[in-house]
Amino acid sequence: MLPSRFEYHRPDSLEEALHLLAEYGDEAKVLAGGQSLIPVMKLRLAAPAHLVDIGRLGLDSIAEAGGRLAIGALARHHDLERSELLKARYPVMAAAAPLISDPIVRNLGTIGGSLCHADPAGDWGSVMLALQGSVVLRSQRGERELPISEFLEDTFTTALEPDEILTQVRVPQPAGSSGGTYLKMERKVGDFATVAAAVHLSLSDGTIERAGIGLTAVGTKNLQPTAAEAGLAGAEPTEAAFAEAGRLAAEASSPVTDVRGSAEYKRHIVDVYVRRGLAKALEMARAA
Amino acid sequence: MEITVKVNGADRSADVEPRMLLAHLIREEFGLTGTHVGCDTTHCGACTVLLDGQPVKSCTVLGVQADGREVTTVEGLLQGGQLHAIQAAFKQEHGLQCGFCTPGMMLTGSALLAENPSPSDDEVRWAISGNICRCTGYMNIVKAIQAAGRDLAANAEAADESVAS
Repeated sequence: MLPSRFEYHRPDSLEEALHLLAEYGDEAKVLAGGQSLIPVMKLRLAAPAHLVDIGRLGLDSIAEAGGRLAIGALARHHDLERSELLKARYPVMAAAAPLISDPIVRNLGTIGGSLCHADPAGDWGSVMLALQGSVVLRSQRGERELPISEFLEDTFTTALEPDEILTQVRVPQPAGSSGGTYLKMERKVGDFATVAAAVHLSLSDGTIERAGIGLTAVGTKNLQPTAAEAGLAGAEPTEAAFAEAGRLAAEASSPVTDVRGSAEYKRHIVDVYVRRGLAKALEMARAA
Repeated sequence: MEITVKVNGADRSADVEPRMLLAHLIREEFGLTGTHVGCDTTHCGACTVLLDGQPVKSCTVLGVQADGREVTTVEGLLQGGQLHAIQAAFKQEHGLQCGFCTPGMMLTGSALLAENPSPSDDEVRWAISGNICRCTGYMNIVKAIQAAGRDLAANAEAADESVAS
């Protein structure tokens, strides 16, 4: 299978890339790691006239600064999987990275590309929702930062304008007592999630300060079950509170029946994974 | 578009359409048919090659993305006419039956050994989880990669000793 014909551009700088996007608008697509875009182009689901390859622009650092974690959009899943910083301080991300696709795809696929692709079965969107992350979008017109919940609009649809490039992903630094994880059910390595849940929990004097939850593959985009999160804020971290959160998360999800399982089954897994994820997050938060 | 790729240590140039996939560039322009195209959908890993030393699925990379970079294919494993340790180990340990997945398996295996010379069963299985084999049940592939690791370590030790004496 071959993509449709396109003109290939490999800018040497971000400025040049932004100039190309300003010129070609929605006739252009940005190529990062290519692990979603190239398959989509081979299937002719996308046929951009211009491809702007930003793969060599760097933009792949992973570092804390000014009270937050900043990740360059071109950081590969593989880099995030290996990051000692993420293992030590961002357990939700560290748990999710090794579960994305397969090890070979992770060598090329990028966090920015994955978020811009906005597949409801994508993993990073749920992780970012749980962590209250945001994205930095650059264009010749300037720069703006959007919370991930506003960036992800619908299936394969984001708030990214045709002349913008996602340059950085930001995550607030975790509170002292916090923990989290990412639980993913997949039929085999490399398959999309049947269901997955990202869970983050922070404690303050033993009670729940904030709980963040993101759900994968159970809606038209990565879902944030806000009622489940709200019910946990300020509550005692009890089994009953977690059970209620699981129930509310399942209620908020709208999976469809497909080859990976029935809607009823998937909703049940959401319940189980949210409860299990919260229990694991609590254990980590108490140990922190 | 005119591109130059260092393939198995030698610069190769070609004038290609930007939409040509790396797998086809390697097979059709460079004539290296050891790189197999299996599923053509990023699942099976038969088309795995090393791009700057890292395994990638060449059906999901554009040839133009490899411009100015280094590609290693299964043909590049051969060292001065001698089988690379991983090739010898796949032969010795019966790490293949039909052979279709073997180039990808060996390249992924060699990249693993480059950073982890003595991987456990789980580490090998994790590393090759993006390469699918439908014949062997993986047992002998895992054994072959581990055996190659031991052979490479033994060769390195022998080389050290000969330098010392």
